[in-house]
Amino acid sequence: MSAARRGLSWSGPSSQLNRLKLLQHDKPSHQEDASPDWNALLCDVARQDRAAFAALFAHFAPRVKSYMLRLGSDPMQAEELAQEALATVWRKADRYDPARAAASTWIFTVARNLRIDAFRRRNHPEPDPNDPALIPDPPASADMVVSHKQDATRIRKALAELSDDQREVLQLSFFDDQTHTQISQTLGIPLGTVKSRIRLAFGRIRNLLEDEE
Amino acid sequence: MKSEHIDMSIQHHPDDELLVGHAAGELPEAWSVLVATHSALCLDCRARVYAAEAVGGALVADACPVEMKDGALEGTLARALEPRADTTTRAVGTRAEMRDTKPIFPQPLRDYAGGDLDGLRWRRLGRGAYHIPLVSGRGAPTARLLRIPAGRPVPEHGHNGLELTMVLRGSFTDGGQRFGVGDVETADTDLEHQPVAAPGEDCICLAVTDAPLRFRGVFARLVQPFIGI
Ligand SMILES: [Zn+2]
Repeated sequence: MSAARRGLSWSGPSSQLNRLKLLQHDKPSHQEDASPDWNALLCDVARQDRAAFAALFAHFAPRVKSYMLRLGSDPMQAEELAQEALATVWRKADRYDPARAAASTWIFTVARNLRIDAFRRRNHPEPDPNDPALIPDPPASADMVVSHKQDATRIRKALAELSDDQREVLQLSFFDDQTHTQISQTLGIPLGTVKSRIRLAFGRIRNLLEDEE
Repeated sequence: MKSEHIDMSIQHHPDDELLVGHAAGELPEAWSVLVATHSALCLDCRARVYAAEAVGGALVADACPVEMKDGALEGTLARALEPRADTTTRAVGTRAEMRDTKPIFPQPLRDYAGGDLDGLRWRRLGRGAYHIPLVSGRGAPTARLLRIPAGRPVPEHGHNGLELTMVLRGSFTDGGQRFGVGDVETADTDLEHQPVAAPGEDCICLAVTDAPLRFRGVFARLVQPFIGI
């Protein structure tokens, strides 16, 4: 399997071993259980509410900057991309649907797409919700709005319950611009192990998300 | 795991690690085109991509904050309020909204193909098969459309890496399994596979490969250097 799949050579900068040390900062914590309702604030931003935007900005901009730094931006570029991401949040907030995703999820996808655009000069291919060829999602319910409010908290809890190994491969995938092949080199483990860890970690998170819905 | 899939008409899905890689923004473009195209037709994989994006969201929410520059908020707002055109670029092609009939290709694929199935310019591949390259680059995974004539095999081939084939119209069988619209076949180097299009209708697929295919037929070997597959 590992040799067979080795060809999955995802492009990206070479491994950044030193970054591994930063991972420990991201150990999941429960510090934000009393945090504001970001989803509601993001809906307020869609109505051009500047105070809501300022609150979102204060929380998310420094974290998006951190994400960009970790993914290999220099500090100026990271600042620039974080500002651009939050400007995009303002402009596109009317497309945010709290029945479909948590605010943190939506902001992550905005930042991710900007990064792909900035570094790879291309778009991130995604299904278009208005496409007549798309099989539509089942209708959203009020329950789903409530449920997505808990997403970040639940995922944080799920991450805390993963083994260190499993959490590490997820963090490397999302945060260090490492392909699965590069992760296997960084950690000195076979590619098949990287993939099975990702699959197991993701399966456990999905189970936890579904159990509590 | 795969038995949980809701939409029973689709039986074969891309592996979870591809969905997670797509959500993380780490997949090469060719793989991402296939994941996005499949997700447009597969509710379950779309939900899995959402779940993986939620993991990304939770990780960003938990990242160590790095202080923004003075005046960053004001600067960002000024930038946000600048009038500008939506920068989303779409390939020239028929937007679905303007059509009477439902398109065959879902939206992310229409962007790459420059339109829907009916307006394509196919290139001859030999043995009645045709193709259209969509994403290619030196050493990077390639994506292309394949048209296999009804009842005929794809020229026998092995390959150097992973190959994913998603059915867009018609169906094919391979190794005793049937692949219909929306299904994704995952083939490894080890697998000497031989998809055969079902009779009655040409089979149109989106094929993504890591490495150039090594066609076995003498004819295919002769033309391979020229058609760049
Ligand atoms: Zn699927």
